[in-house]
Amino acid sequence: MLMQRLTALISGLVFGAGLTISGMVNPAKVINFLDFAGKFDGTLLLVFVAGVAVTMVGYYFTFQRAAPFFGERFYLPTIFAVDRRLLIGASVFGIGWGLSGFCPGPAMASLAYLQPISLVFLVAMAMGALAAKLVPEE
Amino acid sequence: MITEFTPYAGLLGGALIGVSAVLLMAGAGRIAGCSGIFRNLLTLKFDGDFIWRALFVVGLVAGTAVTRPFAANATMIALPTLSIAIIGGLLVGFGTALGHGYTSGHGICGISRFSLRSTVATLTFMVAAIITVFITHHVLGG
Repeated sequence: MLMQRLTALISGLVFGAGLTISGMVNPAKVINFLDFAGKFDGTLLLVFVAGVAVTMVGYYFTFQRAAPFFGERFYLPTIFAVDRRLLIGASVFGIGWGLSGFCPGPAMASLAYLQPISLVFLVAMAMGALAAKLVPEE
Repeated sequence: MITEFTPYAGLLGGALIGVSAVLLMAGAGRIAGCSGIFRNLLTLKFDGDFIWRALFVVGLVAGTAVTRPFAANATMIALPTLSIAIIGGLLVGFGTALGHGYTSGHGICGISRFSLRSTVATLTFMVAAIITVFITHHVLGG
């Protein structure tokens, strides 16, 4: 249990460092990536490519094991459907992401800048997540 | 705010995000999906899983605070205005809850597992976001 928690703490530290060094914690950098007709900044694509490449190789070796180093099993998603819920969720998320330049990781990481607006975003995000509970399962 | 294209910082940062995702899976057997971690913390069930998720978020904020002085693109950040923060936060919270994550969970972890669901999700949110920025910045002239 202790090692699992230590892993989570270190994983969070490295994730935060990655978001910051890459500039992805800065909403302007994200919005500029999405702005093909304007101040385009392609950095996000490289962040994504490097992130996927490292994860793909790392996951490959990880899944050769029967279980994680400090846990009983791998908790992998059990939903595989490409359904309306997924597509509507992705579209709504995409609009919010395009408007604000924030997705959940950078929004939480931005607390490090000690600006109240980060907290406003996170409270709104919590309300949005609670509202989604009202949507009936298909 | 104009930002500079920073390929090396981008690749390094992206690789670190990958290392983080691999660490969490190899060590604890968990997907490094930020919205899922956030949502589970919201349930305020103070069990063992609450603690590792809270520690991940503590690490996330601390990792940002520590590396900020060395991050050319993120020494200062351009935060959204109040109204955009509220609307954007609601939409991001709602959308990620409906589809169980997006940027890190589907985009990084899902695609790395060759998940069709995650690949479709990623393409969909990218298109929606690009259209949104085009409308707000060029049609409405924001």
